[in-house]
Amino acid sequence: MLGQSEQGIIKRMNGRIRTNRILKGLFFLATTFALVFLVLLFYRVLTQGIGYLNWSYITSFPAPYPEEAGIWPGIVGSIYMMVIVAIVSVIIGVSTAIYLEEYASKNKFTDFIRVNIQNLAGVPSIVFGLLGLTFFVYMFNFGYTLIAGGLTMALLILPVIVVAAQEAIRSVPSEIKEASYGMGASKLQTIGRVILPASIPGILTGTIIALSRAIGETAPLIIVGAATAIYTLPDSVLAKYTVMPIQVYKWTSRPQEEWQFVAGAGIIVLLVVLLLMNSIAVLIRNKYQRRL
Amino acid sequence: MDKGLQTEGKLNVQNMIEKRMQTKTLGQSLEKIVPWFLLLCAIVSVLTTVGILFTLLRESIGFFSEVSIIDFYTGTEWSPWSGSFGVAPLIGGTLLITLIATITAVPLGLMAAIFLSEYASDKARRIIKPILEVLAGIPTVVYGYFALTFVTPIFQAIIPDLGIFNALSGGFVVGVMIIPMVASLSEDAMNSVPNALREGAYGLGATKHEVVFKVVLPAAFSGIVASIVLAISRAIGETMIVTIAAGATPSLTFNPTDSIQTMTAFIVQAATGDTSFGSTIYYSLYAVGITLFIFTLGMNLIAQYISRKFREEY
Repeated sequence: MLGQSEQGIIKRMNGRIRTNRILKGLFFLATTFALVFLVLLFYRVLTQGIGYLNWSYITSFPAPYPEEAGIWPGIVGSIYMMVIVAIVSVIIGVSTAIYLEEYASKNKFTDFIRVNIQNLAGVPSIVFGLLGLTFFVYMFNFGYTLIAGGLTMALLILPVIVVAAQEAIRSVPSEIKEASYGMGASKLQTIGRVILPASIPGILTGTIIALSRAIGETAPLIIVGAATAIYTLPDSVLAKYTVMPIQVYKWTSRPQEEWQFVAGAGIIVLLVVLLLMNSIAVLIRNKYQRRL
Repeated sequence: MDKGLQTEGKLNVQNMIEKRMQTKTLGQSLEKIVPWFLLLCAIVSVLTTVGILFTLLRESIGFFSEVSIIDFYTGTEWSPWSGSFGVAPLIGGTLLITLIATITAVPLGLMAAIFLSEYASDKARRIIKPILEVLAGIPTVVYGYFALTFVTPIFQAIIPDLGIFNALSGGFVVGVMIIPMVASLSEDAMNSVPNALREGAYGLGATKHEVVFKVVLPAAFSGIVASIVLAISRAIGETMIVTIAAGATPSLTFNPTDSIQTMTAFIVQAATGDTSFGSTIYYSLYAVGITLFIFTLGMNLIAQYISRKFREEY
């Protein structure tokens, strides 16, 4: 009788251990699914696009024939746009973060700004496109130009930069700030010469990550009228422009198979740029990751 | 003599301080101006929200003066170029995509989160988490390209009468796109469950999976639900994948093999077509936009409410 129940227990225990093992395998498989998908995606893009990727593809303008098409205006447009986005969003974003962390008193208004930034981060990017269309394209009368697109994008990534800058500023130990005040420095001197230099690596990393989101963003730029094919490079902020993801989108939506290869080549260029940006962010993070 | 020197020195410093306090320097005026500049910048984010609400409301009101709001929300036919503005097919398309994406992402994302938080070694976690981040950083236009040129042909091999544009592959790829979001936010929730709870369960003889299902998941429940709601909100607002892969056929269907059109895809279609400023279709962009905005805002508020209200403090 005792032996039987002992056996029963052992049997049940083995069953539970087996379930655990099976579930562990299942969880692992689910995790690898994402990795397999990523590998397939990279493999597919590479095999489709590599045949069309060469120097003339990078330096050519769009063309009606797949063999002659190039992504040069997209590369230039994306770079110009990132310069505008970086300048506008870093100035406004870092200032907002300094205000929230160093100046704002704890009151309803400050809470409101915080909650507002959190909610802005959840607004679909295409809605920012509609905002840009109304204000920058029509109300400010910029039309379908580089500056309209850049300002729209800057607002889109503003929440990301504010949050990253806030974290970087918050991680500056209060001892150094107090040391600075103790030496007789004013608030502004402390911010400019102690807090900002100490938090620049964090701010830079956050900015690059936010910019790498902006450089791949397509939907809002379609709404604010990035051109699908242009044959001259933008020569001012009030010029027509295109960006890499828009060109990729346009090629993808053509029915002939050759254009899929052209799009694939564009994606390779886009992914290489993203890879470069993220590597720079990681490098900065690793180089300055020392405890203060 | 010593004394004299000292007092003289002291007096000098005092003079210097007083002199400095009296003269208004550039630094001092900056000290007053800069906070105002910073506040102004902080207000830009508030102005952005106000701008979004203003834009959507004003243009939608313009639209609803031409098309009745009741027809818009109760009509079941969406063909704006022939004058029928019933938004139901677009909402239906969005919900269908969101449903397929959720069915894809929630089980896979949760299982990945459980694996990372409970089973994986530190080393495995250090390898897998950055890869998930890479998946989250891929531009959506690339996902759309992949859905159209790779996922759809594979599905077509399984389901022979599947069209080139269909809700299934669009929704599935949107689901893959939001996996990292579900996985990393849920993992954060599971990580914040204190080890003492797990160890208590182990001490009672529980196996790992019993600990996961009876201790960790219930304790992290609110965080997990919040992560899912946020991911759903992302799926609703996703644009490029569905524009490229799910088609441009507004139809009120729940058949995933059909071609559909989401709210976001319509906005893109109307903006790329030659829609003239001030036309009814131009205004319809904003009516659809505000509907989309209400959906995602609602989801985000629900997520914030859940994680605030049901947070378990240990």
